[in-house]
Amino acid sequence: MEMPPPDPAILSRKDQIVAGLRAILPADAVIDDPVETRAYECDALSAYRCPPLAVVLPRSTAEVAAALRFCHEQRVPVVPRGAGTSLAGGSMPTADSVVLGVARMTSVLEVDYADRFIRVEAGRTNLSVTGAVESAGFFYAPDPSSQLACAISGNIAMNSGGAHCLKYGVTTNNLLGVTLVQMDGTVVTLGGPFTESGGLDLLGLVCGSEGQLGVVTEATLRILPKPEGARPVLIAFSANDIAGACVADIIRAGILPVAIEFMDRPCIRATEAFAQAGYPDCEALLIVEVEGSAPEIDEQIALIRQIAARHTPIEFREARSEDEARRIWLGRKAAFGAMGQINDYMCLDGTIPVSALPEVLRRIGELSREAGLEVANVFHAGDGNMHPLILYNANTPGDLERCERLGAEILKLCVEVGGCLTGEHGVGVEKRDLMRVQFRPADLEAQMRVKDVFDPRWLLNPAKVFPLDASAARRAA
Amino acid sequence: MSHRPETEAELAQLVRDLPGPVSVRGGATRAGPAAGPEIRTGGLSGVVLYEPAALTLVVRAGTPLSQVEAVLAAEGQRLPFEPGDWRAVLGTEGTSTIGGVVAENASGPRRVQAGACRDSLIGVRFIDGRGDVIANGGRVMKNVTGYDLVKLMAGSRGRVGVLTELSFKVQPIAPAQATVIVDVPVGAAPAVLSAALGSPFDVTGAAWVAGQGALLRVEGLPGSVAYRSKELQNLLSALGAARIEDDAAIWTAVRDVAPLAGLPGDLWRFHLRPSQAGAVAARIGGAVMLDWGGGCLWARVPRGVDARAIAAPFDGHARRMSGTGLAPADPPEPQAVARITDGLRAAFDPRGIFSGDADADVLYP
Repeated sequence: MEMPPPDPAILSRKDQIVAGLRAILPADAVIDDPVETRAYECDALSAYRCPPLAVVLPRSTAEVAAALRFCHEQRVPVVPRGAGTSLAGGSMPTADSVVLGVARMTSVLEVDYADRFIRVEAGRTNLSVTGAVESAGFFYAPDPSSQLACAISGNIAMNSGGAHCLKYGVTTNNLLGVTLVQMDGTVVTLGGPFTESGGLDLLGLVCGSEGQLGVVTEATLRILPKPEGARPVLIAFSANDIAGACVADIIRAGILPVAIEFMDRPCIRATEAFAQAGYPDCEALLIVEVEGSAPEIDEQIALIRQIAARHTPIEFREARSEDEARRIWLGRKAAFGAMGQINDYMCLDGTIPVSALPEVLRRIGELSREAGLEVANVFHAGDGNMHPLILYNANTPGDLERCERLGAEILKLCVEVGGCLTGEHGVGVEKRDLMRVQFRPADLEAQMRVKDVFDPRWLLNPAKVFPLDASAARRAA
Repeated sequence: MSHRPETEAELAQLVRDLPGPVSVRGGATRAGPAAGPEIRTGGLSGVVLYEPAALTLVVRAGTPLSQVEAVLAAEGQRLPFEPGDWRAVLGTEGTSTIGGVVAENASGPRRVQAGACRDSLIGVRFIDGRGDVIANGGRVMKNVTGYDLVKLMAGSRGRVGVLTELSFKVQPIAPAQATVIVDVPVGAAPAVLSAALGSPFDVTGAAWVAGQGALLRVEGLPGSVAYRSKELQNLLSALGAARIEDDAAIWTAVRDVAPLAGLPGDLWRFHLRPSQAGAVAARIGGAVMLDWGGGCLWARVPRGVDARAIAAPFDGHARRMSGTGLAPADPPEPQAVARITDGLRAAFDPRGIFSGDADADVLYP
C-alpha cells in the first residue's frame, strides 16, 4: 500500500503552520511535539503508520471551522479523526497533513423522547449515546463491535453497521441530521429532527463519505424504544451449505430476527480453545437472535425450530436463562480476540448475495489452501456481510504481503458473485486500490465529482477511497 | 417531442444528442404531462433479478409500480416502504412507475418503522447529463463501498439524471396485522402516537385521520400481533377510548392520503417534528391528515393560500403538492446548502439537460 509522498513545501513550513493554528485555537488544542503526534500515527489498521505534521483537537464547531479555514488557505491536507478505530485506515495520516480529531466534542446537546431523537457532539462514543437514553427505555440501534470506543463522527464517515442491522439498519438509516464543516470553513446544517428537508438528500450523501466531504461536528440520531426482551438460539450443522440454506429459509419464512450470525469450523475451533463457550463439534453454526415479549419470542423460536428441523441440524440449543444466552454469544463475541490470541489476522468485510454463501465459502477454502494461510469465517449471515479472518504472522517476512494478496482475491470473489468490497468498514486506504474491481471509470468519476463540489482543492482526507492514480490529477491541482 | 427509449444504451445516446433541456416522465402521475420535449421511461421495463431468499429485487425504472408489487406478492413479499397511489388526491392520471416512486422518495405509513424508499433502495443505475451510464450501490443490503449516490438519486426528482435500474431490499408480507384506534382530536393525536412509538410494541403505522382518530398498526406473527395490539390498547386507553380493528383498508387509505382526495383547494405536505403537528394543524385549520407519528402532515387549504407561512413557526419542510399559488412549491434553500446543490447539479449535468421542468413550478393540476 502506497501513500503519496509528502509535499516538501508543507514540511518546510511546519513551524509557520503550527504557529498559525496556535494563533486561532486554544494553546492545548494544537499538538506538534513528535512524541505526542505519534499517538495519531495510525488507527486500527495498525500495519500502516505515519505521524502527522500536527494534530488539532478543537472543542467546538467554531474551532473546527477556524482550523479548516486556516488549512484551506494554507493548502495543508487535513485528516479527520473520530476515535481512531477504523479497520480500513480511514484516519491514517500523511507526514504533511494535520489530523483534526473531534474526541473532545462529546456533549449531549438535546434529548427528546416524544420526538425520539438525540442530538450529540460527534466525538461522543457510540455506546455512550445509548447510555444517555437507556434509563428512559431507549437505545441507539447501530452497534459496531467497537461501539465502546468508536465515535459517532467515525460511524457517520463509514456508515457503520453492526450485528443488529438486519432489523434496524445501518447508520444512514438512523441518522436524521448533521452539522457539517466544509474544508473552506463553511458550516452547513443538513436535516434535523424531521424526516425530510426537501432538496437533494445531501445528508445521505455525506453519510459514508469517509471524511472526504466535510467534518461532522454534531449529529441528530434516531433513538428507538428497547424491546421487551431478546433470546438467542444456536443451531449446529454438518456443512456450510446446509447452514446457508437454513438462513435462506428463515428469511423467506417472514421471521425477521435481529441477528443471524454464522461461524465456520476454523472459527469455532479457535474460539472454543480461547473462550470455552461449549459449542458443539460441527462444520458450521448459526446464532439467531429474536426479540419481543416472552410469548412472542416463543412463537418465533418455534417457527425457527421447525425450519431448522428440515435441515437436520446436529444440535438446536435454545437459551433458557440469561446465563445460557450469554454462553451462546460468548464464542461469537470472543471470536476476534481468539484469533488475535493465536495469530495476527486481517479482517475483511466484503458482502455477498446470501444465495452465494455456500459457493463463496467453498472458494475461500480453495484460495486459503493455495495461499497457505488459514481463513476463519465469522459473519452476519442475514445480510451477507462476510468477515473472513486471514491468519498470518507479522514477524514472518513476506507473510503480510501474502495475506494482503489473499485478501484481495477474496474481495474480488465477493464482487464477482454480485457483492461488494466492504459492507461496513469502509474503503479507506485498505481497499482503495481495489475500487476498479467494483466500479467502472465513469462510476468512480461520478463519485470524485461529488468531492470536487464539497472540497474543490481535494485537501480533506485526500489519499483515501479512490485509487491514487485515479485521483492524482485532482490532488495535484 | 416525446422520446421513449427501449434500452439504457439508447437512452444514454439520446441524452448525449439532446440539444437542450428536457422533462423526464415515468408515468406522469405527479407532475402531469410535460410542456416541452420529454423522455418517457416506460420502455425501460421489467424485472432484472429477483431472489426472494435474499430479499433482493432488481428492476428497470420504467416498470409499473403495480407490476413490481404483483411480482413480489406472488412470493409473499412487498416493498417495505409502502408507496401510495396519489392519483386521486393529486387529481392526476397515468400509471406510477418504480422509477417515479424513487425519484420522489415516495413513502407510505410504514416509513415510521421500516424507513423511506431511500432506506430500502440499495442500488441504482442512471444516465447523467453527459449521457454517461453511472452505477452505484449494488444488490447487497450492506455496502459502504464508495460514496452513496443511491441516496443522492432517491428523491432527486429528475434533477441529477434519469434512473434506469433500481435494486431494493424487500420484506416478507406479515402474516397478521391489527390497528388500535384511539378516539382523539388532532391536537391530542401527537401525544398518543408518540406514546405508542415510544413503547416496545413495534408500531408499523402511526397516523391520525379525521372522523377515526389516532391509528396505530402492528404487524407480524398472529400471536405477537394479538399480544401487542392488546398491550397498546391498554397503554393508550388512558389517553382516549381505544379499540382494536383488523381492517387493512384503514392503511390503504392513509397510504393514498384518501381522506383528502376530492376536496377543493391546494394540497400541502409538511415534514416536521411530530410534537409540533398539533399546533401546526390548529394554525392551518381545515382538512388535515397526520402520518409517521405526526412527522408528516397533509393539509388541504384554499387555493393560493401560503400554508407554509400560516403554519410557521415549525422545524422541518413544507411542499405544495398541487396548485399554483403565489408561494413557491418548495422554500428556497439556505445559501450554504444551495451552493452544494447547485454544484452537484452542475457536476452531473453541466449542460442543464435536466433543468427542463424540474425547477419550474409545474406541480399539477
